[in-house]
Amino acid sequence: MSKERKIIPIGPYHPLQEEPEFFRLIVEGEKVIDVDIEIGYNHRGIEKLSETKHWDQVTFLVERICGICSTSHPLAYVLAVEDLLGIKPPPRASFIRMIIAELERIHSHLLWLGLAGHFIGYNTVWMWAWKAREPVLDLFELITGNRNHYAMMKIGGVRRDIKEEDYSVIKKTIKELYPQLDLFKKAVRDDPVIHKRTKGVGVLTKQEAISYGVAGPTARASGLKIDVRRDEPYCLYEEIDWQVITTEKGDVYDKILVRVLEMYESCRIIEQCVDRLKPGPIEVEVREIPPGEGIGRAEAPRGEVFHYIRSDGTNQPVRHKVRAPSYMNVASNKFAVKGYSISDAAITLAAVDPCYCCTERAVAYNKNREKIFTGQDLIKLSQEKTKKLEAELK
Amino acid sequence: MGLKEKILTKSLWVFHISAGSCNNCDIEILDLLTPRYDVERFGIQLIGSIRHADVLLITGAMNKKSLKRLKKLYTQAPKPCFVVAVGSCTCSQQMFKPSYSMQAPLDEIIPVDLYIPGCPPKPEAIISGIVKLIKKVNR
Repeated sequence: MSKERKIIPIGPYHPLQEEPEFFRLIVEGEKVIDVDIEIGYNHRGIEKLSETKHWDQVTFLVERICGICSTSHPLAYVLAVEDLLGIKPPPRASFIRMIIAELERIHSHLLWLGLAGHFIGYNTVWMWAWKAREPVLDLFELITGNRNHYAMMKIGGVRRDIKEEDYSVIKKTIKELYPQLDLFKKAVRDDPVIHKRTKGVGVLTKQEAISYGVAGPTARASGLKIDVRRDEPYCLYEEIDWQVITTEKGDVYDKILVRVLEMYESCRIIEQCVDRLKPGPIEVEVREIPPGEGIGRAEAPRGEVFHYIRSDGTNQPVRHKVRAPSYMNVASNKFAVKGYSISDAAITLAAVDPCYCCTERAVAYNKNREKIFTGQDLIKLSQEKTKKLEAELK
Repeated sequence: MGLKEKILTKSLWVFHISAGSCNNCDIEILDLLTPRYDVERFGIQLIGSIRHADVLLITGAMNKKSLKRLKKLYTQAPKPCFVVAVGSCTCSQQMFKPSYSMQAPLDEIIPVDLYIPGCPPKPEAIISGIVKLIKKVNR
């Protein structure tokens, strides 16, 4: 292939999943030189909208920022309002919040694991991971009444209680999840093809991770031990026995491993929370929101979610600022994809779990001719590489 | 309905467009392909190129930036094709209607054949919607 520079646009629409984003890969031959990221296809003006809704309605609005982190945002928001009010929810409410938040982490990581498997050509992993995710969604439906968008958070507590007869169902589902997780852990740790495809690919060094300000599993895979649940415990995380998972290398393999191991921790947290649920109130009554400002931080599956609210004593916030983790994580791709081949780009861009989406078509331009790649081609390239490696290893 | 539409219903190829959604409907659509629901056994397949699409599954509340793209995509789709609005946002823009970033609801932009409300609609609801569409065409 010639050494001319070419541009491969990925997106904004995509054959397979999720949100629209636009990546412009600049390549020289097979090697990625640079990447340009354009976002905003999902801009809905939520911060402004939130200034037109009253305090209770905002909980439902922020829930719809993201369909996968649909507990993290309301949780950070209610923590912000509670910070303003200077109140603490009753312990039972805190434990219920933690159960929902950790279940969400499990479902989000399984979802990502499946998509990652798909990108490197392991559709089996996709199907297995999403199959394992279904019982978690069933559990959500049992507890909250909906598979997604749970609407459990409320200023001062939670909206619904967990019934006593459901405790055993939660425990049973979590217990049945362990063998599934073992399966994924084994698949990731022992499969030589996955090792070849992901080890040393898309490396984000610790130094770069700090300078890009990444959060969540992306940062933890690069050896940064940051986790809001440990650094600034909200709810009652300080009472629970759990660990922050970190790995050192920051490549795609480490990012997969961190997420798989985090699911074990989430399971442990849920089990402990269920054990500690004592009968009691699930909310404190909130009458009025006084003037003032408050912040709330919560650890979403993808990293730290930060909400800031300011009140002037009316029934609506005057200012509501949201900072979501994917924004920084996506930017770190600018470093992570550089210097690797195009066939590794799909998995590297996906590795930060950016609600990655992609490719309606990709066009490789040069001066004389125009070659059209579709987004499928990129995934195909990636999948072909896996097949080749598989054949070599046999 | 004409012969062309009837032929389409044998095996629907679906293309999915997200126009400013929160991701949830998109995930429920993907969920349809996975073992629990597995719509591929009915010949329904999610495809990568809009030029092969029989059905456009559209999610999201139509914001400024994605609207332009949506119109362009619709012109690229081979006709006849069915347009399905998945989720409350697509049907009525739901709580995002007053936002400065929102444009008209989907049915004011392109003709819509089927509405599946819900936030997000359950996979069962999406399957039942598609089945209704096929029945309507075959009648």
